[in-house]
Amino acid sequence: MRPEPVAPPPQPGPEDAPLVSVRDLKTYYSIRGSFIDRLAGREAGIVRAVDGVSLDIRRGEVLGLVGESGSGKTTLGRTLLGLVRATGGSMQFEGQELTGRSESEWRDLRREIQVVFQDPHASLNPAMTIEQAVGHPLQIHRLMRSKEQIRARVIEVLEHCGLAPGADYLDKYPSDLSGGQKQRVVIARAIILNPVLLVADEPVSMLDMSVRAKILELMMALKRDLELTYLYITHDLATARFFCDRIAIMYLGKVVEIGPAEAIYADPKHPYTQALLHAIPEPDPERAVPRDLPRGEVPDAAMPPLGCPFHPRCPSAFEPCGWESRDLRELFESRWALAAGEPGVEEEQALVGDLDVLARPSSKVRLTAGRKAPEIVGLLDRIRAEDPAEPFWRGIERMEADELSVNIDFHEPHEPQLEQVGEVEVSCHLYDPTITQA
Amino acid sequence: MTEPLLSIRHLRVYYGTSGDPVRAVDDVSLDIGEREVVGLVGESGCGKSTLGRGILGLLPYGARAVGEVNLDGQNLYELPPSAFRRFRGPQLGLIFQEPMTRLNPLMRISEHFSETLKQHEPKLSDGDIKRRSLETLGRMGIPPTRYEQYPHEFSGGMRQRIMIALALVLRPKVLVADEPTTSLDVIVEGQILALLADLKKNFGTALLLITHNLGIVAEACDRMAVMYAGKIVEEGPVRDVFREPAHPYTRELLRSTISLETKELHSIPGSPPNLIDPPPGCRFHPRCPNAMRVCAELVPIEQRLDERRRVLCWLHGPEQLVPSGGELPLEREAIGIADEA
Repeated sequence: MRPEPVAPPPQPGPEDAPLVSVRDLKTYYSIRGSFIDRLAGREAGIVRAVDGVSLDIRRGEVLGLVGESGSGKTTLGRTLLGLVRATGGSMQFEGQELTGRSESEWRDLRREIQVVFQDPHASLNPAMTIEQAVGHPLQIHRLMRSKEQIRARVIEVLEHCGLAPGADYLDKYPSDLSGGQKQRVVIARAIILNPVLLVADEPVSMLDMSVRAKILELMMALKRDLELTYLYITHDLATARFFCDRIAIMYLGKVVEIGPAEAIYADPKHPYTQALLHAIPEPDPERAVPRDLPRGEVPDAAMPPLGCPFHPRCPSAFEPCGWESRDLRELFESRWALAAGEPGVEEEQALVGDLDVLARPSSKVRLTAGRKAPEIVGLLDRIRAEDPAEPFWRGIERMEADELSVNIDFHEPHEPQLEQVGEVEVSCHLYDPTITQA
Repeated sequence: MTEPLLSIRHLRVYYGTSGDPVRAVDDVSLDIGEREVVGLVGESGCGKSTLGRGILGLLPYGARAVGEVNLDGQNLYELPPSAFRRFRGPQLGLIFQEPMTRLNPLMRISEHFSETLKQHEPKLSDGDIKRRSLETLGRMGIPPTRYEQYPHEFSGGMRQRIMIALALVLRPKVLVADEPTTSLDVIVEGQILALLADLKKNFGTALLLITHNLGIVAEACDRMAVMYAGKIVEEGPVRDVFREPAHPYTRELLRSTISLETKELHSIPGSPPNLIDPPPGCRFHPRCPNAMRVCAELVPIEQRLDERRRVLCWLHGPEQLVPSGGELPLEREAIGIADEA
């Protein structure tokens, strides 16, 4: 089939063109399996850490990339920095393609893209003085040769980062500084080359509450003074609120919601965004309400859930969200955990048998049960009657026992795509007009 | 008032250095009642963790602790080490910050539990051990099907649930949890906090929850103690302290907590002092926006605001002990980033 001819995109002026433009970016890691697997040359699997992400970072904005551990947010940041290689897709920086570059080409580019990591203690070499650490990028890029020049520039950036008088810090070692001061040094090192884009990966989450605000204020001041653009990677929507113009929420390698920060805080659309916002403890005991948190944790990215990756934890999941064998396993396991030690649990476990048959993702389940098949269906009916509101039950299209087995067919899984909903883009079936809720 | 379950009296913990000792916990008294959840807050380096470990007698080599830790009327610090050890586990439990590093990677979950139970309750049969372990794990949300797995097969949140179950399986009266959610994601943190807040209901356990996050205290605790530079500077019911913090340090900590409701960023200038040679007078005076002349000279005296609240701050008197002119604002140099935390 021939692709339909498309009109050439309007040529935007350099001012409105995004600084960074990421399209369908994929970063996969392969898992090395057991020793035997390696001998046999088998790969145990791949982790789709970043799986088809598209987003723009506009010049001068702060884009917040928010998600839990395992969401792929850090990998996306590292891919943009060239610290891990993209598996596919494209990313452009000031119009130049970044994927497929050699290491030396990346090195030139890192004058423009710099990074601040989470742990200031680990980001500084304990054997280098502050002058050596902060001035190092100037030497690597051979921008300045004379010691006096480098020293003057180091003092200048240290003072810009609040460490004044800068000369007092030159001969200190990281161990002489507090956590907040170290993070200031790390930021000073990141801005010494006058970068355009700063990737900040959880820059305040290791710091005490009493200094977080100061580091955030410093970063905002630097952005203003140096006309920086930030990619702010965090799990904390509370600090992101102060800082970000736009927010992208990531879950299991995909962007599930993206849009202007105000819109996302005022009216979060995706159930995952809602959960992240609900989970932030509010320092006001008068307002503390019992919270409805999603169950479980971020699943294994090597074997993501079928359909929508959030469906196993989602309170609003329904038929098309991707119900499957592993959700049935989870249903039994959480039931038995809750009732552990009570009579009847061991009998139920014996009846259902080995749950490992449910480990392989499939939306059609056959439980080989022989004559016990009707009993298992009876148990499932009982469980359903206890909590009919549980979203899992909406996923079942057909459940019956025959002479050999219990057969369960789940509704066909559909993977949601990002769709424009009001001011934001959301990837959730709840907002998909082509899917009608039963 | 009934006798508290755990009563700490004039506890001091000093760490030896090549010079003068570090006074990490300096004359602290605190009560925890049955089924009570008490939050202990403060910045890093204020002695919170040392206090938590001091309660259990789990201090590193080179530390010296004096004072009283009374559990059910028995002063544990009077007991020989072997007798103190018998209290640890069945009476006093501890949950650490890093669940990743506290489980033995070579032992199955079942082995962790049977080792713990056999150590403290040698009369239990294997069947009873399994039944009790599965019951406790189940309440923490770990299914029986995973009992024979190894720690690496669990996620971070699951490992912390296992750690909590491992402490609870001995049915301790008091549990000390030192930053139990710090390395966890925000949703999992909420799940673990909900479990901890339900301990009193489900297990009848009292909890000392050490954290630097006041949001967690608001959510999970009945009462709170604020620690600064080795001393408890304020204590009271959570609602009262949040509504009307009596100590300027508490107020500043509250203001610097970033939440969704935060309208403007705020921070406390400077950092907690060196505990080898802390500032004279009130230890917070160099950072305190309300500091008076007396604060730099005289050590504040604990004041009772009501039956359940106390504060260590000259703003609350006693007025007759403040020398004349002592209530005037303290003049001092501004605090620079050189002193920042």
